[in-house]
Amino acid sequence: MNLSRSRTTLDRRIAPQPGEVIDRSTPVEFTWNGRAYSGFRGDTIVSALAAAGVRMYSRSMKYHRPRGLLSATLHDPGCMVQVDGDPNVRGAHRLIEEGMKVSSQNTWPSLEVDVRGVNQLAGRFLGPGFYYKTFIKPQRLWPVYETVLRQFVHGGRLSRTPGPEAYDKRHAHADVLVAGGGPAGLAAALAAAERGARVMLVEEGHQLGGHLRWSDPETAAGLVRRVAQAETIQVLTNATVAARYDDNWCAVVQRHPEPGVAERLLKTRARSLIVAPGLLERPYVFDGNDTPGVMLSTAARSLVNLYGVAPGERAVVFSANPDGDAAAEDLERAGVEVVRFVDARAGQDIVRVRGRKTVESVELADGTRLEADLLVTATGWTAPTSLLNMSGDVPVYEPRAARFLPGGQAGQGVFATGGIAGDGSTDLLIAHGHATGAAAAVHALGTRRQHALAVPATSGRVDATVPADASVPAIPDLAVEEHPELFRSSTHGMVDFSEDVSSKDLYSAVAEGYDSAELAKRFTTVTMGPTQGKHELMNAIAVIADATGKTIAQTGTTTWRPMYAPVTLGALAGPSQDPVRYSEIHSWHEANGAVPLVAGQWIRPEHYGDPEQEVRAVREAVGIIDVSPIGKLDLRGPDVPKLLETVYTNKWSKLEVGRVRYGAMCREDGVVFDDGVTARLGEDHYLMSTTSSGAASVWEWLETWLQTERPEWRVHVTPVTTAYTSINVAGPQARRLVSRLVEGIDLSAEAFGYMRVRTGRVAGVDDCILWRIGFTGELSYELHVPASYGLHVWEALLEAGQDLGVTPFGVEAQRVLRLEKGHLIIGQDTDGLTQAYSAGLDWAIKLDKPDFAGKPELAWQREHGGGTRLVALQPVDPDIVPAEASQVLRPDGRIGGRITSSRHSPTLGRSVCLGQLEPSLAAAGSVVDVRLPDGRTVQAAVMDRLAHLDPDGTRLENDSVPDEPQAHPTPLARGPLSVTGPTEELRGWQVAGQHRPAELSLTDYTPLVKVGVRAEPTGAVATTLQAPFGRVHRGENTLVIGSGPGEWLVLAEPCSGTRVLADLGRLADDAEEQVSVVDLTHGRAMFRLTGREVTDLLASVCALDLSDDLVPDGSTLRTTVAGVVTDLVRLDEGGRPSYLLHCERSSGIYLSETLLDTGRDRGLTDAGAPAAGYVIS
Amino acid sequence: MMQLSCPWCGPRNVNEFHHDGPLHHRPDPTATTVEEWRHYLYIRENPHGVVEERWYHAAGCRKFLVVTRDTRTNTVIPAEGESR
Repeated sequence: MNLSRSRTTLDRRIAPQPGEVIDRSTPVEFTWNGRAYSGFRGDTIVSALAAAGVRMYSRSMKYHRPRGLLSATLHDPGCMVQVDGDPNVRGAHRLIEEGMKVSSQNTWPSLEVDVRGVNQLAGRFLGPGFYYKTFIKPQRLWPVYETVLRQFVHGGRLSRTPGPEAYDKRHAHADVLVAGGGPAGLAAALAAAERGARVMLVEEGHQLGGHLRWSDPETAAGLVRRVAQAETIQVLTNATVAARYDDNWCAVVQRHPEPGVAERLLKTRARSLIVAPGLLERPYVFDGNDTPGVMLSTAARSLVNLYGVAPGERAVVFSANPDGDAAAEDLERAGVEVVRFVDARAGQDIVRVRGRKTVESVELADGTRLEADLLVTATGWTAPTSLLNMSGDVPVYEPRAARFLPGGQAGQGVFATGGIAGDGSTDLLIAHGHATGAAAAVHALGTRRQHALAVPATSGRVDATVPADASVPAIPDLAVEEHPELFRSSTHGMVDFSEDVSSKDLYSAVAEGYDSAELAKRFTTVTMGPTQGKHELMNAIAVIADATGKTIAQTGTTTWRPMYAPVTLGALAGPSQDPVRYSEIHSWHEANGAVPLVAGQWIRPEHYGDPEQEVRAVREAVGIIDVSPIGKLDLRGPDVPKLLETVYTNKWSKLEVGRVRYGAMCREDGVVFDDGVTARLGEDHYLMSTTSSGAASVWEWLETWLQTERPEWRVHVTPVTTAYTSINVAGPQARRLVSRLVEGIDLSAEAFGYMRVRTGRVAGVDDCILWRIGFTGELSYELHVPASYGLHVWEALLEAGQDLGVTPFGVEAQRVLRLEKGHLIIGQDTDGLTQAYSAGLDWAIKLDKPDFAGKPELAWQREHGGGTRLVALQPVDPDIVPAEASQVLRPDGRIGGRITSSRHSPTLGRSVCLGQLEPSLAAAGSVVDVRLPDGRTVQAAVMDRLAHLDPDGTRLENDSVPDEPQAHPTPLARGPLSVTGPTEELRGWQVAGQHRPAELSLTDYTPLVKVGVRAEPTGAVATTLQAPFGRVHRGENTLVIGSGPGEWLVLAEPCSGTRVLADLGRLADDAEEQVSVVDLTHGRAMFRLTGREVTDLLASVCALDLSDDLVPDGSTLRTTVAGVVTDLVRLDEGGRPSYLLHCERSSGIYLSETLLDTGRDRGLTDAGAPAAGYVIS
Repeated sequence: MMQLSCPWCGPRNVNEFHHDGPLHHRPDPTATTVEEWRHYLYIRENPHGVVEERWYHAAGCRKFLVVTRDTRTNTVIPAEGESR
């Protein structure tokens, strides 16, 4: 074929074929490198171009050699193209769309004339390891090398603006997941569905049927029809089971699952996995084997039979198997002249193809040279055992069949069928698939039954539709047909088409000493390109085996790792689900210019514009700060003092009611990991505070003691961090300000001293807790206000303190204030190795206690020294603020410590620091060298006390006189969810004024009374409450939720809290067991999702299988939803599935908005308040 | 991602749990030598095989559970001890 003809548009379409997948009545226009082309609906980019006579689609990576169609699959290495803004699109797989702009990539100035094609002339200089050997030294030239090497990168152009399509990620569940939609996979899916299993059938191509699509379209159509009729088979085409992890956790990637979605990752838990990917045809290695016009028999057959395209005019067919023979027949039927049938089984061979941009002639081993434009090879198969390898199997090489076969070690719940398992007629493959599907279903349904029995929601009763056991059908053996071991001719050719690695390169690598498959792979990058071994693995191993004089079995394979097929980063990332937490005052902070600070999950105000002014306001007048993220744990029971004695380093048994005490916690290695103050509110009732970031780990630490080491202690821990909005009021005027809002508490210095706690009414809000503490070094009160009134109290403080100069301050001002005062922050001034004596906590470590966590190691530390010391430092130059983490140097120049905190102190007008120093440097009065990040060294003096300001605490002795209290009416309670539109008042709550009914709705249920109860899991109280763990009990006026073992949440209508608490209190008083009752009305965000698609919606954000048999109506469970620990209560409403969801209040906005966002496509509507009131029982 | 079968909640993804190390019991510090105490604190057998471990179901029932796991295969022998 001459060049001028290839430039004109040919029509290579042949008459309609029985199995074709194109719709000839619907033409589709697109462009290729700026030129208009036309194909039919159902055409791939490459089939449409091939129909127009285009044969070259790309240039190869290293040598820029012309490349054409090889395998006509998703993995075809020569068909990577740019489509609109997307690079590296698989052109032999992607379907054409109207107006699509397709271009070749990494070619310049054009595909036809690529100047970098000269690379192939320099090929002998670009051998394996060229880049490693060349671009090493000198290091200063690396940026230059990068620029040069960038030019050789094989890839398209990435669009820097986000494309119009979204990427999605969600969870899925299947009894049986079938990877591969060929005859065996289809039969397996049908058999599994017949047994009652829910089946997910995943096919990489656009149609089911596998090789039957070209070899026996009639049988394929019959199977596909039956699959379509089976209700419990979900078919995903254009999708790949890309990875399999422990317990059949599979990554299923769907490409273009629906309009507007580029890719979707289904994180699928399968009870059984059936691996049925069929076989991949492998290329033959000979001189010129990558010339456009050389293709595999399966590629030629799919062009002819699926797309009605003649792949050439004059063909040579090189065949070692019946599929190659059939390809020759297909070609003749398509009007292609087969000029020679070269039979490998008869010892015939091909040695060379000539032609640059397309095949011009083929040379045989006997020297014959045949004019042809097409060479079709059929030299054997590669078994894509990837999913089996990921399941722990070690496939075994079978020389008689010249391919690997399953090793039978994949373990329970993983099955293999189809060509990967053996050979046989279509009937035998179908029979094997059918038996495998049945066995997989038996395994899956047995597992499902065990699952259903294990979840508390079913109370051990399981629907009879899940069989207890069933006979496991015998899976017949598939024979293995003999196939010649045919990998390379007498000439050298391309092995890895995507990485441009030839058989000659592999010989060189072995000669250089890279004489194992894994070494040669890394040195030459063979199998490391986009096709990841699918075409080249067997040839690579065979060539390495040949070069090393070993057998293929001795050589072994490289490792098949996830992902089997490429997954975009967009699909892996999916929609953002990073939980954030907000305090109740967040809206005020936002409206008042707060600069946000991300602190763990919390969004906090760093400052409101001028942190130094905020510091001065606290020192001179009064400031208020939102400290809601401080962890708060409600502790109840007679053994709380024992617990406190164990987890804190200091003494607690004599703490009186009404007092607060500071404590530090150590792990058993003596490393301090959290601190805070704990108040004794009542005889058996304490409130513990933790650092903001430590709330969860401290809770778990307490539970560790209570559940594992000291199960006999009677203590109940309830997290109440966001049940309260916490506001610290600090400054010389703090007493006057707080006294204006407080009713019933004497705030005078004598009546309410330092480190005391009181409870009472603040700004009309009952049940507030006030601590007098002093993190800032000023007179200060920490107010813990039921969170539904948090914003109200904040605004009341600002209103009442105008004349006192009240100023809101942020986290930055607080850091400066505490640093001036020399108070440490765990994790800032300590690290994961800092034992308590290195944290300046000597005064709080009581080694005379019989035992506490960390005591043995701290006793050792005190006795033997060791560790650094926490000291205050002041730079000699007061204007220099050494950056945190600046190194402190010893006289010998070695590092002897570091600056842990540093700021400019507005109060002292100089820089102040805390630091960790070696004991030799830590003596008060000494001057140490501090090396700044810019390399300068400055001097700093070590102070004798940690406090830079007011070391004797005189500011805390403030004896200002309280102002006259003023009565305040009870304000309206507000929920945590955003209320849009008009509001109205409902029994003390501000709720949405209108209900917007919808098919799928999210309704705010915040105002319900919510009371947490803890008791023995199976005691008398459990019997009275009637809801076992995992179930709900609908009482007369209450709904009792069995949230956990020995844990309940009692719901009641809004404003009935007093009655419910009284009822439950009586229950607790009368019980002989330890019972605690905690009001969580203000601590939980609660809303309800209702609608037929609710389970489907939740699958986007929740990993659990929520099907009806596992989570029936009236059940409850706790799990993670969109990254937030959430309780789900299934409470169907008028026959429609409905879930009540509740989580920590501070996560409510995030969770509800994430759900509304996720459900927008399904029409999820923010329905406001419930239409018919809060019906819960 | 492997699953753990919680004796209270049933099978759940392992990322709902926190690993608390091989099953251990805190010795009485007043009755142990420094060597014994440090062995308890820092020495782990880390077997290539079956190990008894403690896990905490942090995102579920918030109970500690004992799991017998084969570290070679991640096969979990169903949890023993307290259950419904």
